[in-house]
Amino acid sequence: MKILAIDTSNRPLSVAVLDDATVLAAITVTVHQKHAEYLLPEIERLLAMAELKPTDLDRVVVAAGPGSYTGIRIAVTTAKTLAATLNIDMVAVSSLATLAANVPVEGALVAPIFDARNQNAFAGLYRIKNGVPTAVIADTHTDVADFLAAVNKYGEPVWFLGDAANFSDLIATTISAATPAISPWLNLPQVATIGLLGQKLTPVSDVDRFVPNYLRLTQAEAEWRAKNPEEDTESYVEKI
Amino acid sequence: MSPTEKRNLILAFESSCDETSVAVIEDGHKILSNIVATQIKSHQRFGGVVPEVASRHHIEEVTLCIKDALDEAKVGYEDLDAVAVTYGPGLVGALLIGVTAAKTVAFAHNLPLIPVNHMAGHIYAARYVEPIEFPALALLVSGGHTELVYMPAENQFEIIGETRDDAAGEAYDKVGRVMGVNYPAGKTVDEWAHQGKDTFKFPRAMEKDDNFDFSFSGLKSAFINTTHHADQIGETLSKQDLSASFQQAVVDVLAEKTKHALADYPVHQLILAGGVAANQGLRERLERDLQSNPTTHLVKAPLKLCGDNAAMIGAFAYVAYQHGVFADATLNADPSLEFDWAADSVK
Repeated sequence: MKILAIDTSNRPLSVAVLDDATVLAAITVTVHQKHAEYLLPEIERLLAMAELKPTDLDRVVVAAGPGSYTGIRIAVTTAKTLAATLNIDMVAVSSLATLAANVPVEGALVAPIFDARNQNAFAGLYRIKNGVPTAVIADTHTDVADFLAAVNKYGEPVWFLGDAANFSDLIATTISAATPAISPWLNLPQVATIGLLGQKLTPVSDVDRFVPNYLRLTQAEAEWRAKNPEEDTESYVEKI
Repeated sequence: MSPTEKRNLILAFESSCDETSVAVIEDGHKILSNIVATQIKSHQRFGGVVPEVASRHHIEEVTLCIKDALDEAKVGYEDLDAVAVTYGPGLVGALLIGVTAAKTVAFAHNLPLIPVNHMAGHIYAARYVEPIEFPALALLVSGGHTELVYMPAENQFEIIGETRDDAAGEAYDKVGRVMGVNYPAGKTVDEWAHQGKDTFKFPRAMEKDDNFDFSFSGLKSAFINTTHHADQIGETLSKQDLSASFQQAVVDVLAEKTKHALADYPVHQLILAGGVAANQGLRERLERDLQSNPTTHLVKAPLKLCGDNAAMIGAFAYVAYQHGVFADATLNADPSLEFDWAADSVK
């Protein structure tokens, strides 16, 4: 099975090409956040190095959010268009789980965090089970202090990843158990890992209707729904 | 065309604002399909287009539009010659969905990618009426733009005048809101205008100035002041007369500037295009003005192609294809893309 894996959820851009369990080529870039410009050229380059054509692909695995709204839309648009146009499978993985997969310690509790400004974050808590990150606290958009308090209740060592360094003081004062120091490398998505995991996951059943996991309504939509709680929100786009 | 000659097929994408559209166009002038998924109902909840909401709708629709466009045109990827996409101007997040999807399709099927300026697309909606003859002049009027574009030859566009503040369509939406009409207000204001009279004599900005620029903010303010004053003294004004007065002022300015431009730039065709080109008042006025013009005739973009759609993008993409204008996989959205100004313009 030939697999392409992509993540542009935040500043890092990560792309990998695999053939079953063999990683053929992988790249992670953090020097810029110009995913619209660079994602497809990087995919082209990696496939060329792996001597594969787009039509050779069997599956695309995408980190589908949460993250930067524009970032997750670029990865998901690329993934769903590839899947739709080549008629291949698409697997969606949480962008937070993608980071959690960097910790290869069986049984470990892992807390990936994306800074969402103003002491808010996208965060989740995962346990590594049989090598796979399994959600313990579902991905959420949350006040960082509230999230850390919930994590601390487990009373176990926790691996903090992603933008956790932005909240190091709060982590130090909130978490009573150990917080293992990690290589900065593990704070970046390495999508070869979800490329490997994604081979066993169930593909998205309706690629066309698939959307990123934003975890937040737009402000306009939230305000509108608060005022119109009984309205159906599904049928606002129509073919003319 | 002889039967042995292969037809040129372009898969075109448009997602610059609140419509997701994909079309299949044959030889630049035959629409095999033109799928348009409009978000108007969604944004009407908010009284105007909310960019993040628009981006979220585009990603819901884009691959479905591709499938529908190919199915309706009864063609497959192997039949296509190129993929084209609007890369600006527009809302950056909205543009990025079309650009990303178009780039991905081009890459997946090894097809050339054609970058299209949305405004060139609007002008080329007129190509579905008749071939464009050069030199030509286009009056482009939409919710985001109001400009006069001179085209000395094919694939050459020069701005000779544009709005200095609000676009005409924007002014329609704003006065519409004052009268309780939801966005997009143009159609209702146009209908009311036809039932009323120009009783308020709003100012015609820059009508006599020695340039081809437009301004609509003074008109908008005069309109708002008039209605505000009436509210304060408890007077009810006729929406029909307000609309007729507003529309007359807009149409006078657009028509007068266009007349001046035609005097300086003798052309074969005057092309009326853009969302506001669907306005009956404007269409009727330009028809009348051009009747007495022996050298220039009016080409109005078809009503159903005045709004945003991918068919118009495909029409211009065919010209770009002939001229060898292609983009590579680094193509990005350019939200403030615009034509160059004419070198000899009186800006």
